Amino acid sequence: MNFTDLVFYFFSAMLVLAGLGVIGSRNPVHSALFLVLSFFSCSALWLLLQAEFLAIVLVLVYVGAVMVLFLFVVMMLNINLAQMRQGFVRYLPLGVLVALVMVVQMVWIVGPVGPDVFGGEQLNQAVQHAPDHSNTSELGKVLYTDYVFAFEVAAIILLVAIVAAIALTMRRREMTKYQTPGKQVQVRKSDRLRVVKMDAETSK
Amino acid sequence: MISLSSYLTLGAILFSISIAGIFLNRKNVVVLLMCIELMLLAANINFVAFSHFLNDISGQVFVFFILTVAAAEAAIGLAILVTLFRNRNTIDVEQLDAMKG
Repeated sequence: MNFTDLVFYFFSAMLVLAGLGVIGSRNPVHSALFLVLSFFSCSALWLLLQAEFLAIVLVLVYVGAVMVLFLFVVMMLNINLAQMRQGFVRYLPLGVLVALVMVVQMVWIVGPVGPDVFGGEQLNQAVQHAPDHSNTSELGKVLYTDYVFAFEVAAIILLVAIVAAIALTMRRREMTKYQTPGKQVQVRKSDRLRVVKMDAETSK
Repeated sequence: MISLSSYLTLGAILFSISIAGIFLNRKNVVVLLMCIELMLLAANINFVAFSHFLNDISGQVFVFFILTVAAAEAAIGLAILVTLFRNRNTIDVEQLDAMKG
């Protein structure tokens, strides 16, 4: 077993344990933090697969933006934790059974045991790139030529997501008092001030 | 040397863990969304592994787009969740039966 194998097994074990932590934690904040750990482990595995750009994007976008969003929402909502845990034990046997059956089925098909469909020669054309090989420029060359239409569509999807998220969460409260600067500027003296003519008081 | 099937096995295990998570956390919508993120991550591992072992960069382009769509989905999902909590004061899935589904 060489060093690369050791790195793979270490980060895979961490990824699986963090995944179990995500689904098993009592507190949703802990779940979110375990999800951060699993993203980090996964990005290390992608570095091992020489997908450097995506590994960095996973850390920057997911850990930096999406998970912070999750943590904000979890901490903003006042969740009754005890109530949320009801049914966990009840569904535990069914959930574990379904997951185990799925693992056995999928590992039988794709894994090294069983028919070993993906262990053949034509599926092992991995090239160890030179140290000066740039994964980012390779990806950019494909992304801005062959996939440029999909890239534009992705940009529009993100724009729609921004608009939808803001439109969903924005609300106008009835009771709040706020200033309207336009009306404040346009006001005239005659609107506010009334000069009343009256006789001077005389002493009797 | 780590083969393609090792990475596919890892993706399968991670996917099954998130399936179990959806079964177990039936009440908490936030954890359900996190399980969906974990599922997308498992799919992405498969894409990147195939991209490496077939020496084809297109797999990584796909992962790029999946990340984009997942970020949009998380943003809209959490916005819906905040609106839901504001109106119903709960995020329990079983109490969200206004549509009689």
